[in-house]
Amino acid sequence: MCLAIPVRIIKLDGTHAEVDANGVRRDADVRFVDDVKAGDYILLHAGFAIEKIDEQQARETLELLKNIYYDQ
Amino acid sequence: MKYIDEFRDKEIVKGLISAINASARAKINLMEVCGTHTMAIFRSGIKQILPSSIDLISGPGCPVCVTSQSDIDRMLSLARNKDIVITTFGDMLKVPGTKGSLEKENAGGADIRIVYSPLDALAIAGREPRKEVVFLAVGFETTAPVIASVVSDAAQKKIGNFSIYSCHKTIPPAMKALLEAQELQIDGFLCPGHVTSIIGSRAYDFIAADYGIPCVVSGFEPTDILETVLMLIRQKEKNRACVEVQYARAVRRQGNVKAQEMMDRVFEPADADWRGLGSIPQSGLRLRKEYGSFDAAVKFRIPSFKTTEPRGCICGDVLRGVKTPQQCRLFAKACTPENPFGPCMVSSEGTCAAWFKYNRD
Amino acid sequence: MDEKILLAHGSGGKLTHRLLSEIVFPAFSNPILKKCEDAAVVPLEGTCAFTTDSFVIQPIFFPGGDIGKLSVCGTVNDLAVMGARPRYLTAACIIEEGLGVSVLRTVVASMAQAAKKAGVQIVGGDLKVVEKGACDKIFINTTGIGLILKTCRISANNARPGDCVIINGTIGDHGAAVMSARKDYKLRSSIRSDCACLNGLIERVLRAAPGVHVMRDPTRGGVATTLKEIALQSNVEILIEEDALPVNGPVRGLCEILGIDPLYMANEGKVLVFAPAKDAQKIIAAMRKHPLGKRAAVIGRVTSRPARSDTPHVLLHTSIGSTRIIDMLSGGQLPRIC
Repeated sequence: MCLAIPVRIIKLDGTHAEVDANGVRRDADVRFVDDVKAGDYILLHAGFAIEKIDEQQARETLELLKNIYYDQ
Repeated sequence: MKYIDEFRDKEIVKGLISAINASARAKINLMEVCGTHTMAIFRSGIKQILPSSIDLISGPGCPVCVTSQSDIDRMLSLARNKDIVITTFGDMLKVPGTKGSLEKENAGGADIRIVYSPLDALAIAGREPRKEVVFLAVGFETTAPVIASVVSDAAQKKIGNFSIYSCHKTIPPAMKALLEAQELQIDGFLCPGHVTSIIGSRAYDFIAADYGIPCVVSGFEPTDILETVLMLIRQKEKNRACVEVQYARAVRRQGNVKAQEMMDRVFEPADADWRGLGSIPQSGLRLRKEYGSFDAAVKFRIPSFKTTEPRGCICGDVLRGVKTPQQCRLFAKACTPENPFGPCMVSSEGTCAAWFKYNRD
Repeated sequence: MDEKILLAHGSGGKLTHRLLSEIVFPAFSNPILKKCEDAAVVPLEGTCAFTTDSFVIQPIFFPGGDIGKLSVCGTVNDLAVMGARPRYLTAACIIEEGLGVSVLRTVVASMAQAAKKAGVQIVGGDLKVVEKGACDKIFINTTGIGLILKTCRISANNARPGDCVIINGTIGDHGAAVMSARKDYKLRSSIRSDCACLNGLIERVLRAAPGVHVMRDPTRGGVATTLKEIALQSNVEILIEEDALPVNGPVRGLCEILGIDPLYMANEGKVLVFAPAKDAQKIIAAMRKHPLGKRAAVIGRVTSRPARSDTPHVLLHTSIGSTRIIDMLSGGQLPRIC
């Protein structure tokens, strides 16, 4: 339980953000996430950002996954 | 879509399946405790491409399904009050109580409004000051900080016509209760990614340390779930038991401290009744005294109800993972999504609903 | 200030005549309607297709259309998918007391525009007004009649193992447009309903491939529900390729946010075509030459129903290579948080 999807921050104004998911926009409350700016990705759940997506970690996870095939 | 599509990559899936096939030897039982995981697993058909030695079991991960019959009946009694506007997530609408459901009450004239965010419920209270607005607060730790924020905002703005009916529950005590019950062999847990974004992966340390069971915090895309399965198998093969994070792009060891603080400010742990698991100590969340005026149960003096669970319904057994929906004699015969006996069939994340929708053969 | 429609406007007297002569007749202008008889007399020779549908959509205005456009396209499409050339429609409106006259004017203009584009005439109808609360702004029923094109033997019973399954474009647009228009979810997007009359596109398809077996427009319940209906009526299994399903980016975004599935969202400008596999490329080519078929695609195929299965299934071959069943929609799709 807990449908949350990665969305991109378009605009930021204090704890209010406008976020975008593939062209669909909504307002989001970002009081739980520090250090975010326009262009960052956050996890959107029930109108709130519950976490910021760590882009570095995402890249590392993908690299690891792509190499699993070759590590047999 | 970014951070979704890359984690559905076909080639990566093939590689993971290969690696899983190479590693998996003995029979292994893995349990997921998150309804969103249940749905993701069924929608992607992952079970079909995993080796048969791996049993992916669904546990009590659907907050709607584990809401007690008594709580549902009390929510329905609120709906019947003509002065109350019920605001709710869509998930709750069709859940059957002893008599009726929110959907049926709506048809009978009750004012029930689906919202995407509880902030929208508070906005309704602001716009309609002559109505009493009650929000049905169902969910685990992903949703609790969100509700807590809205209650906190309501207090700050002195909005007196807003309250919540809280049936919030927390996951780690339920996992402990399952292990204590020793009803089935669990060789590893797929831990819920978004709950853990909030509470942090250290919340599961006790499961690895005290029960010797591997825990891996999993994301929701097919490659996330498969990588988690691989990580659990590898721990088991090496006789290790520790907490690992597969969903590193969204989960930290300490979790989201600000969200935890908000939860803690507004809520306090309380004993809670879980359908299928009974009463679990300190597994629920209730409003702290300072926020007591936002507690709908007190405000509207909702009575307790004598509730009767429907005969033949084994939602409890399904929620504990000891039976599959197909072992229920009502499944797909008397109990269907159009005519559900229990919440597991009607909830969007219920195990029975998932089996019915995706897996009937 | 916008004049309001009163109960008196529906009583058949002077006010009714005013509404009809000032708004309805000029918009639907045709010689049959002008006769103002109790029934329309139309010249039709041959086997006819005959259908009716009622439209109660909320909100009545949505991105890409309104209830008026929908009421014409819906009935035109029901005729066209039977292999008929739609000819004449009637339109009966039930209006809630207090509706603005300008709203009726806009809805009627939409109906006229859609009818003209489809080459059909609205030759009769009715107008009633009910008390406030007895209906939701405006309900419209349209009935349509058309002539079956000579070579057509199209039926939902006709799907055969080996048939290809084709759709003329992206799925879920109408359902997503209506959802995003609902103020409750506070979503902003450029999603527009695909509401359109398909008779022109369908005639092109039938000229290119007269041996089409089944056609159906996947409206309420979406592509998934319509496929299941066909599987049941023809007693076959249908296998759909997830990667082949055309979905608009923003529709996908909306579905991800709300936790709903585009396979179950309504379409109002789409047709599913089942035809012998050898005709697939001809049909795709014919569709792509038409404005409503630019993203036409083969999305699956029909197979025999296995002896052991208790019911004909619709199956989805997923992006990751597994196969699972697609069931019919039960109840409405609700946004979920869990």
